[in-house]
Amino acid sequence: MEKLYKILKYTFITLWTVFIVAPFLWAVSTSFKDFQSVNSKVTYIPWLDFEPTLEGWRVLVKSPARGGVDIVEPYFNSIFVTCTASLISIILGTLAAYALSRFTFKAGFVRNNDITFFFISQRIMPPIVLSIPFFIFLSTIGLLDSLLGLVVVYIVLLMPIAVWIMVDFFNRVPKELDETALIDGCNPYQAFYKVVLPNSIPGLIVAGMFCIIFGWIDFFFAFILTFTEVQLLPVKVVALNSSITPWWSLSASALISVAPLIIVAFVVERYLSKGNLSGALK
Amino acid sequence: MNLIGENLTYKPDNQFHLNKVSFDFKKGNLYTILGRTLSGKTTFLKTIAGLLNPDSGSLSFEGKDFSKIPVWERNVAMVYQQFINYPHLNVYENVIFPLKQRKLSKDKIKTDVDEALKTVGLIGFENRKIQELSGGQQQRVALARSLAKKAKILLLDEPLVNLDYKLREQLREEFKKIFSKGLSSDAILIYSTTDPQEVMELNGEVIVLDEGKVLQKGPAKEIFENPRNLKVAEISNDPPMNILKGIKSSEKLNFENISINMPKHFKNLQDQDYSFGIRASEIELNDNGEEFEIELAEISGSETLLHLKKGESKVIALIEEVMNFKIHEKVKIKFNENKFYAFNKEEELISSPYGVSNG
Repeated sequence: MEKLYKILKYTFITLWTVFIVAPFLWAVSTSFKDFQSVNSKVTYIPWLDFEPTLEGWRVLVKSPARGGVDIVEPYFNSIFVTCTASLISIILGTLAAYALSRFTFKAGFVRNNDITFFFISQRIMPPIVLSIPFFIFLSTIGLLDSLLGLVVVYIVLLMPIAVWIMVDFFNRVPKELDETALIDGCNPYQAFYKVVLPNSIPGLIVAGMFCIIFGWIDFFFAFILTFTEVQLLPVKVVALNSSITPWWSLSASALISVAPLIIVAFVVERYLSKGNLSGALK
Repeated sequence: MNLIGENLTYKPDNQFHLNKVSFDFKKGNLYTILGRTLSGKTTFLKTIAGLLNPDSGSLSFEGKDFSKIPVWERNVAMVYQQFINYPHLNVYENVIFPLKQRKLSKDKIKTDVDEALKTVGLIGFENRKIQELSGGQQQRVALARSLAKKAKILLLDEPLVNLDYKLREQLREEFKKIFSKGLSSDAILIYSTTDPQEVMELNGEVIVLDEGKVLQKGPAKEIFENPRNLKVAEISNDPPMNILKGIKSSEKLNFENISINMPKHFKNLQDQDYSFGIRASEIELNDNGEEFEIELAEISGSETLLHLKKGESKVIALIEEVMNFKIHEKVKIKFNENKFYAFNKEEELISSPYGVSNG
């Protein structure tokens, strides 16, 4: 029985791994092909089936004037917008979450839970509902088609995630920990950054990871709020597709778009396994 | 120059946590707050620490209005019933934390921390992580942190309740030692507990708290010998004092199905209905006694608790040895009649074996 379970388990894991990895392998091999190798017949193995070329990758860094598509600038734009928006979202979101977790707010019928829900509700609506308000808002303050405008919009999108995760996290940090810090001579701000924050690192990492993922993969707002001045990576990658689909450079750009997330996932995974709160309250 | 509270009241959600609590705590003394769970002990301590603001009443320390001083400037220390330490710091960093906060000189900090760690017996554990310690050790770290601070008011909120039996006994002994030698003459120590035995052993001034109200104040011995009313008698004894309703006649105390000789100290009482109280430890197995049926027998440490029943009368007897009984077995017991208390219809103490009675 146990053996059967083991066999089933590993069969499933193998199938699943193939399912996940196959597209990547396909993209990697395609990125080294040229027009001939993609369109003439089905090819798999480099040097045997087809002659690998770096053309697909070269196009990505060449300037448009020389026949390239230059995704370097959109790439750094994306990094800048995602990181800035994530950082600000985490800072503001963590502060908001701490307040929501520790203090009781009353304004008419509004209570803490309602405020938390208000934050989350920003993510419940389909993004398209927000597109026109955002467009009008950015054009009014003159930030349409600019990096700063995108940062502002992304903060609106990412902060709810940070608030949501961190409220839940802070609720699990015993209140007595803050109280002890106060008794030990910290004022409330010191209690927050000297005691609560260092014990919330796993939560901060999770929240940060979600912010980076959602910021990085957004196509919709990057598409409708920018035109010519500024372009973000997802928009540029999609724009590669013209009358003739350049599968090779499309694959290459897809791979380097995914790369940062994979790196983030590996780095984060190490921190997440270290549960850090167990000693606070036994 | 004392810690003085007057009519402190705290009543969130229409339930009294503190109900007109007044006290006058003198420096160099140990005060114990005795009360059941949810009696307001933690609220009491948190109010003194400044973590809670009472709805009304005043609190002053060294002649200054304490309510105007925020928690972090009050110079109090507190140990919680949960083992609260800073999980991201090691033992030494935990103990040093409050001292660093006060920006004392490095040498002073070092001596204070070493002294505190020595007092609680954690020398050699300085670099351990909190998570690597046992519950008892974690609580010692918390205690060391509050001792190292040399606060003028030291609050201990049921510090032993979450520990297992053996560790509790051991730490309680150590507490007694620490408090007798380590308590400086300008500090006030306030210790809350649900355990009457702890109160007796610590032997300080006791405040009996119930539903936020002070039921009785006085030295531990006084509370033990003359509990002012039925509730205090219940709270200050573990197992709670047995209460039997009965009638006093000229020669006898008559309970349902039971009649015993009248205790000498009752001779001035009028012949009428009373609630009579007798401690579990004042009931013994005796072949010439009354026959009771065992409802439950539990062994705790080196003692056996018998839950007994005869008709409607139920009593708990504490036998000072480990014995095995079967449920529904019949045993004969004898009450030590010289240790009976009498309470009137208002549940107030009328007569006690120790002579003193209410006003």
